[in-house]
Amino acid sequence: MYAHKTALLSALTTALLTSVSLQAAEPLKAVGAGEGQLDIVAWPGYIERGESDKAYDWVTGFEKETGCKVNVKTAATSDEMVSLMTKGGYDLVTASGDASLRLIAGKRVQPINTALIANWKNLDPRLKDAPWYVVNQQTYGTPYQWGPNVLMYNSEVFKQAPTSWSVLFNAQDLPDGKPNKGRVQAYDGPIYIADAALYLKTTKPELGIKDPYQLDEAQYKAVLGLLRAQQPLIHRYWHDTTVQMSDFKNEGVVASGAWPYQVNGLMNEKQPIASTIPKEGATGWADTTMLHAEAKHPNCAYKWMDWSLQPKVQGDVAAWFGSLPAVPAACKGSELLGAEGCKTNGFDQFDKIAFWKTPQAEGGKFVPYSRWTQDYIAIMGGR
Amino acid sequence: MNTLAITRTPAPGSPLRRFSNLLYRRPNLYLSMLLVPPLLWFGAIYLGSLLTLLWQGFYTFDDFTMAVTPDLTLANFTALFQPSNFDIIVRTLSMAIAVSIASAIVAFPIAYYMARYTRGKTKAFFYIAVMLPMWASYIVKAYAWTLLLAKGGVAQWFVQHLGLGPVLQFVLGIPGVGGSTLSTSHLGRFLVFVYIWLPFMILPIQASLERLPPSLLQASADLGARPRQTLMQVILPLSVPGIAAGSIFTFSLTLGDFIVPQLVGPPGYFVGSMVYAQQGAIGNMPMAAAFTLVPIVLIAIYLSIVKRLGAFDAL
Repeated sequence: MYAHKTALLSALTTALLTSVSLQAAEPLKAVGAGEGQLDIVAWPGYIERGESDKAYDWVTGFEKETGCKVNVKTAATSDEMVSLMTKGGYDLVTASGDASLRLIAGKRVQPINTALIANWKNLDPRLKDAPWYVVNQQTYGTPYQWGPNVLMYNSEVFKQAPTSWSVLFNAQDLPDGKPNKGRVQAYDGPIYIADAALYLKTTKPELGIKDPYQLDEAQYKAVLGLLRAQQPLIHRYWHDTTVQMSDFKNEGVVASGAWPYQVNGLMNEKQPIASTIPKEGATGWADTTMLHAEAKHPNCAYKWMDWSLQPKVQGDVAAWFGSLPAVPAACKGSELLGAEGCKTNGFDQFDKIAFWKTPQAEGGKFVPYSRWTQDYIAIMGGR
Repeated sequence: MNTLAITRTPAPGSPLRRFSNLLYRRPNLYLSMLLVPPLLWFGAIYLGSLLTLLWQGFYTFDDFTMAVTPDLTLANFTALFQPSNFDIIVRTLSMAIAVSIASAIVAFPIAYYMARYTRGKTKAFFYIAVMLPMWASYIVKAYAWTLLLAKGGVAQWFVQHLGLGPVLQFVLGIPGVGGSTLSTSHLGRFLVFVYIWLPFMILPIQASLERLPPSLLQASADLGARPRQTLMQVILPLSVPGIAAGSIFTFSLTLGDFIVPQLVGPPGYFVGSMVYAQQGAIGNMPMAAAFTLVPIVLIAIYLSIVKRLGAFDAL
C-alpha cells in the first residue's frame, strides 16, 4: 500500500515535470492588436514608471501608445528569474547570460521574429548574434542592457589604478605597504570561476584557455587551484550590493570585483572609490528581453520589445542603472545619461569583456555548470 | 437550515431528526466527521508535499544535461558524506548547539527575574521588552547587525575605548572562532544568532519557572539550604523542561536559517543556504531534497534527547 502511494506520487510529479517542457512555439507572423496587458519579470530598476524618480519613466508612454498595461515582477537573482519563468504566467523576462541559455535549453522561452521589430535596426552590431541569446540561428529575444564587472578599488590605497586582477588572486603587499589578506572580496557565485579563468588565460597561456566559460578538465583544475589559494585572502564573498558598499566604507575592504552600480553609488557619497578594467579584461553581463514559450500577451510583448530598443528608452535605463545601452544611438539620445554617460560606464570596453553565459558540457567536452556550483561552494567553505 | 432547525422541531420521522439520531447513536461517526477534513489537509498538503520532496532525493540529476530524471539512486544521500558537504553539516550543527547553550545561559537570569520578581506593570514591561525585537522584520535586524559589527561600527568603538583591541585581535585569531574581522567571524555570526533567537528561549523558561511552586523554595530554605544549593538542586532541575523546550526553538531555527549566514560571518554555506543554492542555482532538486533530510534527522535525534530530559512531561 505504502509503496503504491509513493509510486503514484512520483509518477504524478514526473508527469508534471515533463508536461511543462513539451512546448515549442512557432515565432509570430505578424503583430496584431494589443491584449491590454503585459507581465514582465525584471531586475529591480530595469522597468521604471517614474515612481522612484519622476524623470525616470519609460512605461507610462508605452501604456498610452499601445494600451498594454505593464505589470512588473522584480527578481533579485538569475536563479529567481529562471524559477519564475518555470512556473509560468509571465510574458517577458530580462535574462542575464547566466540564465538565458538555461531558459532556452529548458524551452521556457521562444524564438522571436526580428522582422516584426522595427527598432531592431538600431541594435549595436557588436551585440548581434551573440551566443547568449542566439542558438541554432534562432534569436531568443532582444538585447536590453549590458555592463562590465569592474575592479573597484579604494583610491587612497591605490594612488594609481591597479593594472591586474592579481591584487585579488595572489597574496601581496598593496601600495600602502600592508598585505591584501582580509581586505579584498570575491563574488559569491559559481560564475566567478570564469573571472579566475580569464585571469589565467593571460597569466598562464600554456593552459590554452580560449573561452573562460568552456573549460576542459585540466584547465578547470588549474582554475580551482587559483581560487583555493585565493580563499584565505578573502574578507567576504559578496553577493549583496548594499553589504559590499558598506564593507568598502566601514570594514576596510579596498579592492573587489563589482558592478558599476556600486561604484557610482559610492562615488555619489564622495567616498574615495574608483574602478578600472585591468589588462586581463573582465567578465560582464548582457541582458536580453526574452519571450515566454506560452506568453499570454504576445502582441503586447512584441510591442514592448520594439519600444525598449528606442534610443531614449535605452539611454534612460542606462542612466538609472549604471549600465550600457544595447543601442549606440542612445549614447546621444538621452539627457539623463548625458554626453559622457556611455564613456563613464565603459562603452568602449566591449572587446575586453567576456560576457556571462551558462557553462555547458557539450557532450562531455567541458565542465558543466552544476559542477561549477558544487566546487565553488566547497572552495568558499575552505576545501 | 439552521433557523429551520431552531424554530420548528422536525417531526420524529423527518430526515434531519433521523440524521441527528444517527450521530447520537454512533459517536465515532460524529468524531470522524469532525476530524477527517483537518486530517486530510494535514496528510495531503503537509505530509504529502514533504514526502514528495524527500522522494525527489532518490531521483537522478544528470550533470551534463542538468536535467532531473526519475531513475532511482542513492547517490544523493551518499554525496552528503563527501568532505565538502559534510563540512556544511558539521558547521551548521556546531553553530546550532553553541547558539542553544549560549541562549540558555543568557535567558535563564532574565526569565528568573521575570518569573519571581516582577508584578503587574513591570511584568508587562518585561514581556513587551522581550517580544519587542520580534515586531521588527528579521531581515532588518540581520542587516543592522552587519553595521553594528563593522570595523567602523559601534561594537568595535566600545572595544577600542575599553582598551580591549588586542584581546579582540587574539580572539579573532583563534581558528574556528575568529575570522578576518568581527563581522566576518564565527563569533560575529554567533552573536547575531543568539540575539535573534533569544526571545524564543526566554519565554518557555519563564513559563516553567512560573509554574514552580514557591512552597518548594520555602521548604528548601527551611531545611537549611543556601541560595546556591536551592538554585542548583531545586530550581535548575525543575526548569530543565523549559530550557529544553526553548532549545528546541533555538536549535531548529539555527539549523534551518540561511539569511544570517549570508550576511554575517566567514565564507562557507549552512544547510539552508545549500538547499537554496542547489534548487535555485542549478535546479538540482534531488540534492536539495537530500540536504533537506539532514535537519529532519538532526532534529529527530535532538527531540529524542530532549524527551529524555523531560521537556514534554508538562504537555
